[in-house]
Order: sequence, then C-alpha cells, then structure tokens
Amino acid sequence: MSRPTLFALQVLVAVVCIVLWQVLSTVPVFGKILLPPFFFSNPFDVFSQIVKWFASGVIWKHLGITLAESILAFVIGSLGGVLVGFWFARQPLVAAVFDPYVKMVNALPRVVLAPIFALWLGLGIWSKVALGVTLVFFIVFFNVYQGVKEVSRTVLDNGRMLGMSERQLMQHVYWPSALSWMFSSLHTSVGFAVVGAVVGEYLGSAAGLGYLIQQAEGVFDVAGVFAGMFVLSAFVILIDYGVTLVERRLLVWRPTASDGRG
Amino acid sequence: MTTPTAVALEDAKVAFRLGDGRVYTAVEKAHLAVAQGEFVAIVGPTGCGKSTLLNVAAGLLKPAAGGVRIFDRPLAGLNRDAGYLFQADALFPWKTALDNVAIGLEIKGTPRTEALPQAQKWLTSVGLGAFAGRYPHMLSGGQRKRVALAQVLIRDPKILLMDEPFGPLDAQTRQVMGNLLLDLWNADRKAVLFVTHDLEEAIALADRVVIMSAGPSSRIIGDWRVSLPRPRDIFEVRLDKEFHALHREIWSVLKDEVMKGYAQSTHAAEAV
Repeated sequence: MSRPTLFALQVLVAVVCIVLWQVLSTVPVFGKILLPPFFFSNPFDVFSQIVKWFASGVIWKHLGITLAESILAFVIGSLGGVLVGFWFARQPLVAAVFDPYVKMVNALPRVVLAPIFALWLGLGIWSKVALGVTLVFFIVFFNVYQGVKEVSRTVLDNGRMLGMSERQLMQHVYWPSALSWMFSSLHTSVGFAVVGAVVGEYLGSAAGLGYLIQQAEGVFDVAGVFAGMFVLSAFVILIDYGVTLVERRLLVWRPTASDGRG
Repeated sequence: MTTPTAVALEDAKVAFRLGDGRVYTAVEKAHLAVAQGEFVAIVGPTGCGKSTLLNVAAGLLKPAAGGVRIFDRPLAGLNRDAGYLFQADALFPWKTALDNVAIGLEIKGTPRTEALPQAQKWLTSVGLGAFAGRYPHMLSGGQRKRVALAQVLIRDPKILLMDEPFGPLDAQTRQVMGNLLLDLWNADRKAVLFVTHDLEEAIALADRVVIMSAGPSSRIIGDWRVSLPRPRDIFEVRLDKEFHALHREIWSVLKDEVMKGYAQSTHAAEAV
C-alpha cells in the first residue's frame, strides 16, 4: 500500500470516529440521545476547550511543568538505573544479596507510593519526579544489568587479547553494550516517566496536565477531561517521535530486523 | 637450531572441572614448538581440543600441568606478544570498520589522529579501503574477517594465533582469505599457530602440519613438514603432486581419528 493511501485511511478512521461521536451526542436516534452530553460531551466542545487553552496560553504552563517532571524523572531514573545495573552486573555477590529486595520493590504497584512521596516531598514537582523515577529506574536497571552480563564472550576475549585493561574494557565493551540495551528500552522508559508525572499530578498537585484533568473532573466538566486527554496523547506522541530521532542517531551500528544479514 | 622458539608448549595438559564434579581432560601432554617465522597448522577431528590448546598459548586458559614458554620466557597471564584471530565474530559491533582497526593502536596509547590513518592503510591492504565507515553488520562474513585480520595485524604482534578463522566462510571466500593471509604473512613472517579441521587448508598454508588425536585426552600424534615452495598460491598448490602425496600420507593417519571422534560425538549424543 502506498504511503498516501495509508495516510488517507488513517485519517478516515479519525474522521469516522469524530463524526459518529458528534452525531450520537447531538442528534436523537429513535427519540433518544445515545451519548448524553453530560457523560460524553461532544467533539465540538472538546475542540473549543483545547483552542481556548492554547489561545489564552494557560496550557503552556501545565505542559511545561509536566515536561519538566518527565525529563527529571527520566534523567534521574536512568542515571540511577545505569549505575546500579553496572554495579550489580560486575559484583554478582551484591546482586545475589539484593535480588529478593529488588524483586519486592519492583512488584509493588507504584501508585501506592504517590501519597508517601506527596507527604515527604510536598505537592510541588519533586513528589511527581520521585514517582516517575521509581518507574524509570527499574526498566533501565534491568536492561543495563542484562546488557553488561550478556556481553559476548568472544568480543570480551578479543578486547583482552588486543591488550585492553579493565578500564578500557569498561569504556569500549561493557559501556557501549549496556547503553545499547538501555536505548532499546528508551520508548518504554520515557513513556513511564510521563506516566509517573501525570499520575502524580492527578493525585495531588497545583499544576500540570494531570492537574488539569483532575480539576475538570472535579467539576464534572467532561469536555475538559477529554480535552486534557487529547493534549496529553499529542504530548506523548511528540516526545516519542523525539525519542525515535535520538535512537536512530545513537543506534546506527545496530542491524535492523529487515537487514537480513544480522 | 639458531632461530628462537616463539611458542613452546611443554607437556601442557588441559582439564576442566565439569558441573558434576568430574574432571574432563581435554588435552594430554601436548608438546609443540613453533619457531620464529614458522607457520604451523594444527589439524584434528571435531572436539579434539585444538582450540583449547590455542587458548593455552594465548594465556586465556591456564594449563593444568606443564607449561608454556613464549620466546623462552614462561607465560604468566595473557600472551602480550600474540594477536588472536577468533572463529566467531569478535569485532566491536558499535564501532565502524575503521574504528575497529584503530582501536588496536589506541589501546596502546597511540593518539587517535595517528591511529586513524594507519588503520585506513591496513583496511586498504586487506582490500576494504572503501568500507571504512561501515559497521560490522553491514559487512559480509568474509569482509568482517578481513577487518578482524587488520585489527590484529595493526598491532604488529610477534605471534599470530588463529582459531579456525575462516571456518564460517564459504569455500571460495576461504581460499581468497588464505591467499590474503599468505601475502600479508610473507611480508614479515610472524610465527603462526593456525587451528583448522581442514587438512587441505592446513597443507596449503603451513610449513608444518601437526595432527591431534580424537578427544578426550587428545595428544599430538603426528608432525609433518610441508616443503612446498613459497610464495604459494592456494589455488595452484592444490594441483601439485607433492601436495597430493602429503595429503594422502597425513589423511591415512587422520582418518582413523576423525572416525573415532565422530563415533564419540554420536555416543555422547546418545548418552545425553
């Protein structure tokens, strides 16, 4: 299928959904409105709410806050994950000792930590960053741990035979291998950083996209809730696109699935 | 003999402790000397421990008994005089062909600005001058072996250890690589220890062919001198009468070991 046809079909899906939504929420079918506006609002109201946010500029502050929280959560969580992942992979004893605790903490649904973080760190951005960090950390940690442990035996031996010291092995073999594993989970970890930020905001804050949605919900402003959701998904798609660009740049050396030669 | 001995295995024995506590002896009392400038090929059936022996010479494995001497000094730790060409892909996948070759010098502390032009020169001499910017996955198996050869040779090691380096390649590429290796080797005649299961390849390349018995506890059971004139062309030398005579003579010994090795590997498979 050619690209324009595909694109046309993709747009068609959106158009059909929006038209159905608009019609079912405004035009009575057999004397009954199937999507009552109180629960489902309608696309026109949602759209005008989004326009109002952008026109008045209030949305930028909230987007900025959520973005800042996501970035901080991603950076801190990744850094921690890389360091601890490296440490555990190079010190099997440490890994063995901490193993049950890592599993225990990772098994915990992170949402239950939100009230604790709010209590410790207040309602500002740091309680949201902390929640995002607990999500990002484990993804990066597991990937880096795996990456360091699964360095090819032959590549390591080759490094040694070429005369690499432990430090040089770290720099030329372990580090790139671990990073490549980390980058392969980039989409997931960036996504989780945003989830952490938004869920944190939703549960208690004074700004951010999660706050916006929660406020609208608090006054039964369904149009506001949907508008917040649309802005949020557009936000995540944009970030994800950015990640794809970064990934393409950093992982040029990796064979792609269609490469055949492996 | 006045030429110094580059690699000497002195009754080296290699044994591994298996998971269930038993000890598996891979190689028993291997005695072998490679003189400086000599090209020695080790041939043996699958699983006879010839690669193990090479790892002992490289210092990647410690012999359970006996010793290794490199230029008359006992080997402790890794063999710093040796370059090792692996059977499996050993290039750094995250480095370009050029960087993969340059790293050999950079490790020694050569500044990058000096290492890169030299690496380019080596890539050209293995016929890959135009592929400097490619990553390993963009190269064919044969091209990757060429990069690996350049990576090892740029360090100018006194000894070359090669573990079935052309094993994964197709027959034609193997012959081309064999000729390339002989050309490069002819320039400065390093001591070479070349492991292969291909007797023809061994005779065509080497000055001496050493045969190992089937494992476990394999031993060196034969040592033939190949007096075919140099420089050789691998395509041509296979048509030589002397080549055929030697091949027949060595094969008569090797054949039994290959059958034994084959029987053992099938028995082992049945036991599992």
